[in-house]
Amino acid sequence: MNLLDVENLVAGHGLLTAVRDFSFSVAEGTALAVIGANGAGKTTLFRTISGVHRAQSGCVRLAGRDLSAMAAPKRVAAGIAMVPEGRRLFGDMTVRENLQVAGEHGRKGPWNLDRVIEALPALEPVMDRPADVLSGGQRQAAAIGRALMCNPRVLLLDEVSLGLSPVAVDSLYRSLALLRDAGATMVFVEQDLDRALAFADRIVCMLEGRIALEGRPERLDRSAITAAYFGLDERAGEGVHA
Amino acid sequence: MLDAIVQGILLGGYYAILAAGLSLMFGVVRFINLAHGDLAMLGAYLALFCVERLGLPVWLAVAATLPAMAALGWLLQATIFARTLKAGILLPLLATFGLGAVLQNGMFGLFGSDTKSLGNHIGSLSWSSWQVPFDISVGKLPMFTFVVAVFVLGALHLLLARTKVGRAIRATSIDPEAAELVGIEAARVHRVAAAIAVALAALAGAFLAMRALITPYAGPAQLIFAFEAVVIGGIGSLWGTLVGGIVLGIAQSLGAWLSPQFFQLAGHVIFLAVLGARLWRTHVAEHGGWRNVVSGVRA
Repeated sequence: MNLLDVENLVAGHGLLTAVRDFSFSVAEGTALAVIGANGAGKTTLFRTISGVHRAQSGCVRLAGRDLSAMAAPKRVAAGIAMVPEGRRLFGDMTVRENLQVAGEHGRKGPWNLDRVIEALPALEPVMDRPADVLSGGQRQAAAIGRALMCNPRVLLLDEVSLGLSPVAVDSLYRSLALLRDAGATMVFVEQDLDRALAFADRIVCMLEGRIALEGRPERLDRSAITAAYFGLDERAGEGVHA
Repeated sequence: MLDAIVQGILLGGYYAILAAGLSLMFGVVRFINLAHGDLAMLGAYLALFCVERLGLPVWLAVAATLPAMAALGWLLQATIFARTLKAGILLPLLATFGLGAVLQNGMFGLFGSDTKSLGNHIGSLSWSSWQVPFDISVGKLPMFTFVVAVFVLGALHLLLARTKVGRAIRATSIDPEAAELVGIEAARVHRVAAAIAVALAALAGAFLAMRALITPYAGPAQLIFAFEAVVIGGIGSLWGTLVGGIVLGIAQSLGAWLSPQFFQLAGHVIFLAVLGARLWRTHVAEHGGWRNVVSGVRA
């Protein structure tokens, strides 16, 4: 059963259309990776789904419920939480307060401070430090923890491993695997193609705001992905399905 | 001179209450409210109205004024401030400048141009004092105002640090969009901040009316004092407003000690000195240290 449905979404910045007639679905308990070159429209897509960027047209449904008219806080209450690009932690506040504030205003559910620390053990020693002083990996863990405190039904992760050391990325994906095993539904942007292919149940490749290629990782040919990624395939932009 | 310093410290309590609201609005909503001083005067006149027309005891009148002014702050944020914020930096300044003019003329129309005061409604508190060593006279009202300022700032500190709404205010002040991504309605938080800010302005106005004579057109001068205290103490810093208020109060008192005409001038000079120092520090930081700045000037 599909949990998240994005239908014919169009979004942009002024005269520039960044997301063009974009549609995809995510089944409950699965992970969808969105890949694409810089400027492909991934961040605008995520910001539009989360509600902080207004769509020009199209529809976002969560478990069949139309969220299109809702602002971001209402979408959080409905069950969509996002880890934004750059983490965007509340820097002057401690990690504990970052998590607390999300727990106080997000959706009610099973995630609480103890469970987040259990899923993201890197946070335990830094709970009472200001978010500003954390390392890249700790910041990403805190941002994911903050989103989890909103008890999302769908977790959006933009540029999930950007700027992290290989060790931090390994640790991050171990935590994400635990979340997926616990039944979390995730949509994530990943620049590291190998990581995306290894972790995701489905891949969507964006090119100039459109789907250039989509399918299950085991059914996608590496050269086809590269061609779609850089727009080398003549069919790119027409939505090739595998 | 020691007496002037003590009087300046106590005066700083009034400035801290006045400036805290302005600082909160700027820190959370990123909004400079040019009508802040006029809202303080409106609070003072509302308290006066409750005392003189409704016959309420003065402290009950002040207590009744604060929620009414908080409601006005909420309403102003919802109807005027939030809309003007969407149009860039200039429109909020023009809108609140206009609001200030409306408030001044409205108060003039309703209450007349005569000077008024709450001082004659608070008995001996307005003039009595304690004599302390070194021939220093500590006025009971200034001391009470200072204690209230510390209490109000402490309460605000606890609100921001320990409560759900306080954490939401801090999160929104740091990053409104990220706050929305964790379910906080930033617009609602802004309305809460505006309500607190206007209530604080009204409290400051009531204290001003107890210690001095007020007129409908006294607001702009109070805005300048509040702005100076905020800049001296550091914009957005709660306890900084108390420090800023005290520094401003001491400067004004020392200025008045030298010559009565120097009361305001000394405050303005300190304000400009602090502002200049902050701008210089920023300039130096942007150029990688003062050595680079000096060598750049020589070159």
